[in-house]
Amino acid sequence: MTTQASNAVDVQNMTVTFGRSRTLVRAVDGVSFTVAPGEIFGIIGESGSGKSTLGRAAVGMITPSGGEVRHGDVDPFALNRKALNVHRRKYQIIAQDPNAAFNPRMTILESVMEPMYIAGIGNRAERRARALEMLDTVALSPELSNRYPHELSGGQKQRANIARALVLDPEVLVCDEVVAALDVSIQADMLNLFWKLQQDFNLTYLFISHDLNVVSHISDRVAVMYFGKIMEIGPAEAVMNRPLHPYSEALRSAEPEIIADQAKARERIILQGEIPSALNPPSGCRFHTRCPRAADRCSTDEPVQRELVPGRFVACHFAEEMLARFAEGGAAMRRETVS
Amino acid sequence: MSVTEAQRPEVATGMSAGAGALLSVDGLKLDLRDESGWVRVLDDVSFQIRPRETLGVVGESGCGKSMTALSIMQLLPPRYARTEGRIQFGDRDLLTLSRRQMSRIRGRNISMIFQEPMSALDPVFTVGAQIVETVLCHFKVSRREAEERAIDALDSVGIAAPREIAQLYPMSLSGGMRQRVMIAMALVCEPELLIADEPTTALDVTIQAQIMDLLLKLSQQKGTAIMFITHNLALVSQNCDRMITMYGGQVIEGGPVADVLATPRHPYTTGLLHSVPEAGRARGTLNAIPGRVPSLRAMPPGCRFEPRCPHAAPVCRQPVGIEQTGDRQIRCHRWQELTQQQAVSQ
Ligand SMILES: Nc1ncnc2c1ncn2[C@@H]1O[C@H](COP(=O)(O)OP(=O)(O)OP(=O)(O)O)[C@@H](O)[C@H]1O
Ligand SMILES: Nc1ncnc2c1ncn2[C@@H]1O[C@H](COP(=O)(O)OP(=O)(O)OP(=O)(O)O)[C@@H](O)[C@H]1O
Ligand code: SF4
Ligand code: SF4
Ligand SMILES: [Mg+2]
Ligand SMILES: [Mg+2]
Repeated sequence: MTTQASNAVDVQNMTVTFGRSRTLVRAVDGVSFTVAPGEIFGIIGESGSGKSTLGRAAVGMITPSGGEVRHGDVDPFALNRKALNVHRRKYQIIAQDPNAAFNPRMTILESVMEPMYIAGIGNRAERRARALEMLDTVALSPELSNRYPHELSGGQKQRANIARALVLDPEVLVCDEVVAALDVSIQADMLNLFWKLQQDFNLTYLFISHDLNVVSHISDRVAVMYFGKIMEIGPAEAVMNRPLHPYSEALRSAEPEIIADQAKARERIILQGEIPSALNPPSGCRFHTRCPRAADRCSTDEPVQRELVPGRFVACHFAEEMLARFAEGGAAMRRETVS
Repeated sequence: MSVTEAQRPEVATGMSAGAGALLSVDGLKLDLRDESGWVRVLDDVSFQIRPRETLGVVGESGCGKSMTALSIMQLLPPRYARTEGRIQFGDRDLLTLSRRQMSRIRGRNISMIFQEPMSALDPVFTVGAQIVETVLCHFKVSRREAEERAIDALDSVGIAAPREIAQLYPMSLSGGMRQRVMIAMALVCEPELLIADEPTTALDVTIQAQIMDLLLKLSQQKGTAIMFITHNLALVSQNCDRMITMYGGQVIEGGPVADVLATPRHPYTTGLLHSVPEAGRARGTLNAIPGRVPSLRAMPPGCRFEPRCPHAAPVCRQPVGIEQTGDRQIRCHRWQELTQQQAVSQ
């Protein structure tokens, strides 16, 4: 992961903490990754693993307590307030709950025009035209634009929310659990839309979700987070089908899959134990309290993240052994041993 | 895993409230009253659950899954809810029972767990006290005996220190622990039927896998049948024997899980299957079902899926009933034609 000025997002050794002394939570703890322009970078992890915090810090919405963030060759935290406000138009977040983004007393059209008003862009007629154009881009029918938020369905509201982020012509979008609250058929529609927008506008996404199927479907590369740390980074398909970290493997195994023939059901890895408390993270490898492969050293030594195969970064003492399983028999063997 | 064929008692495959069915819902209609008056929420819902089997109930938000469950449990206030049809449980029609008779069945013969356990647990009592109450309500046993059963129940759901946990209030438990407590409470009286309404939707995948595993293991040990409500087709495919798909307040397809998933007959079931994202599936090509579920007050008079169905034809504007063929049910005018053209299969 060399630092290139051309990266849309470059995060090096970033730490974000909340609270202090006894209530100190290291929500993100020494994380490094880069995202190329036009790339879809997925972030997976259980509740509380620090995905949202990472996403917000990566676009400069909250200030990290350590490490570096670069957007191209810009350091967003070195900008003065005015310059940062202009810069942030290029780096937007779409959050899970579209309700929070809308003022209940404003129509959808007014809400979509609002960011341009705040940014001082165009006159009223221009803002209106741009808002209508973006509502059309997200395939929200014009007659809905004069409705109030409570008069739209969840999927329609999420579309309007996307239009609201698009009016400022962003380059990077952090999509934080954007389809979590939606039914599967509407979710499919939204994922198609996100994909189309990425193609049409060459957007860069940080696509955050706890749903493995969603993240791995849409992403080029994924990062698997546990407790503020990245366990594994690599191409989405490789991490899904040949995980090199026991946590990725367990997540993959826990994620239900549609199988028409129950006799073919996988032997699932069921993680025991609860997700540990953020105030009291486990020593050594943070995953050791639940890891089916943990050995003695795992509770004392923290594994170092290393590049096992070009483009695949893993932090586990036994990553080489995990890799050897695939090297020996290839994916076919794995399918046999786990079925 | 589910009960194997060999262990399961022989049952008739017909739709009639036939011998062998544990629960048989027949032509269930439900009207609810809101500000604008009465509205039909369930219309002609029919299905069966056999002893010891796991039945999956799938469908989009608002299609009536929870209302079907609440109708069976008779948990809807009569002032705001009117039911018609039959809900045969053993030799009794639950819709004809008095409130007292029903309260003896609830928790004892049929119990239910919900998506959000906090809504079902009472915040002012310890979890131990709540399980003890459930036992005392249905069995003539001493308080001490009830307490022992409660501890055993907590132990059986994998709670490591059941005596200590029993002293805690629901608020101080994690989501996964609360759901375990709910399962302990639901199974402590060893009911014949457990209705689980989205029991793992609010949980992380790793905890979800723990809970599903537990639920199935316990129900298998105790021979409990499960009605498992979810919008997650994958969970159904892995855990259920049979399934029904609901749409707009009706059952539109039903049958053994393996058959329905391998050869779905209803265009809506096919649509749901094609909507699920997967790692390997080409991006931008998820087959979303166009449009949305019509509002309850504006249901099309014919097939309810007609406005969204890629195979809709003029005949589809005629009302369509549910048809039984072998051990499968289907509510579609054109299913035979479409199956022949292989238009709806995977
Ligand atoms: N403003 C805050 N103040 C204090 N602690 C916080 C704050 N925001 C987040 N945290 C803590 O930081 C950790 C990571 O939270 P974060 O919201 O980033 O997780 P997440 O992976 O997005 O989880 P989820 O899937 O539930 O959204 C959690 O332990 C959380 O409680
Ligand atoms: N009090 C009420 N008055 C009128 N309609 C209601 C009332 N409560 C629920 N409904 C409607 O009944 C229909 C069925 O609701 P139900 O809760 O059974 O859906 P569901 O399939 O469980 O959905 P979900 O997956 O979102 O839980 C919905 O369209 C809902 O809007
Ligand atoms: S370092 Fe040890 S505990 Fe951590 S993931 Fe690897 S095997 Fe498991
Ligand atoms: S009856 Fe017609 S509209 Fe309805 S599902 Fe069948 S083909 Fe589609
Ligand atoms: Mg979050
Ligand atoms: Mg429901």
